[in-house]
Amino acid sequence: MGIKGHLNDTVHVTNLEWFVNWARKSSMWPLGFGLACCALEMIAAFVSRYDLARFGMEVARPSPRHADLMIVSGTASKKMLPAILRIYEQMAEPRWVIAMGACACTGGIYKNYAVVQGIDRHLPVDVYIPGCPPRPEALLDGILQLHTKVMKEQSISNPRITNIKVASR
Amino acid sequence: MNQEEIKEKLLSEFGTDIIQDSVDFRDQISVTVSKEKILDVCRYLKEDPELSFNFLSFVAAVDRLPKTPRFEVVYQVHSLKHNHRFRVKALLDETAEMSASIDSVVPMWPTADWHERETAEMFGITFNNHPDPRKLLLPDGWTVHPLRKDFSLYGTEEDTPDLPA
Repeated sequence: MGIKGHLNDTVHVTNLEWFVNWARKSSMWPLGFGLACCALEMIAAFVSRYDLARFGMEVARPSPRHADLMIVSGTASKKMLPAILRIYEQMAEPRWVIAMGACACTGGIYKNYAVVQGIDRHLPVDVYIPGCPPRPEALLDGILQLHTKVMKEQSISNPRITNIKVASR
Repeated sequence: MNQEEIKEKLLSEFGTDIIQDSVDFRDQISVTVSKEKILDVCRYLKEDPELSFNFLSFVAAVDRLPKTPRFEVVYQVHSLKHNHRFRVKALLDETAEMSASIDSVVPMWPTADWHERETAEMFGITFNNHPDPRKLLLPDGWTVHPLRKDFSLYGTEEDTPDLPA
């Protein structure tokens, strides 16, 4: 029955680090969090046509305390930045960040006083996805790249610590 | 009433001392009124039964640098009753000691609240007797006025920091 049948009643040996990484990447829950037009492409990636559920990511968590991955999908204005940092701080370790779209990567076309010129000035970004906006395929590719990265992490021997400066307000 | 009739009505009520100027551009007339009398003009626009401009479409401002007076506050009003529209402007200037200021029209049209807050922070114009004179869109700590002509689009680390200090 079930998994017992798959295991053929034998002992399976694996590397604990590999197993932890595999568990993390196979159920990486993203934060339901959209900032601008990129959010629509992200939504398209979630629903049936592109179907992120194939990668164990179908549950977009409204609470940052349940989420592992923050997809910064769009233009981060300076007024919004304290809220973004607050949400990031509320996420439990381990946590990852994808900068989706030209604005989140570099500020994009908004080279002006009101927009943060790249979210990596304030958050440790793991994967950058260029495009304006990137298509859902590009987001899927970025997520698969992140999965590859997670599989290479030293999750037990050298766990990542991503503490950042606490937002003052 | 058409634009010309509204203008004539305003002129006959207030005279050329208060209705200082008018411009006709593509059948849209805008009048410039003296800034001290803006509340009286707005009250008349709203309360006169033939005009009854009961809806304020927007309040905005124009920075006319290097002309003087430097600022122009624009009021676009609409009558839902008669379905006619009109535009009123007032010219204001700022001196080294005094910021540009004009009376708030919130007593007439409550919708002016947010429009005036945005105009105030973007141009540095003070709206006297505004009920809630906080910033609307910009972070609270900023002291710059981004829609002024002499503001650099990119801002600076000191004036427009990413995070509040």
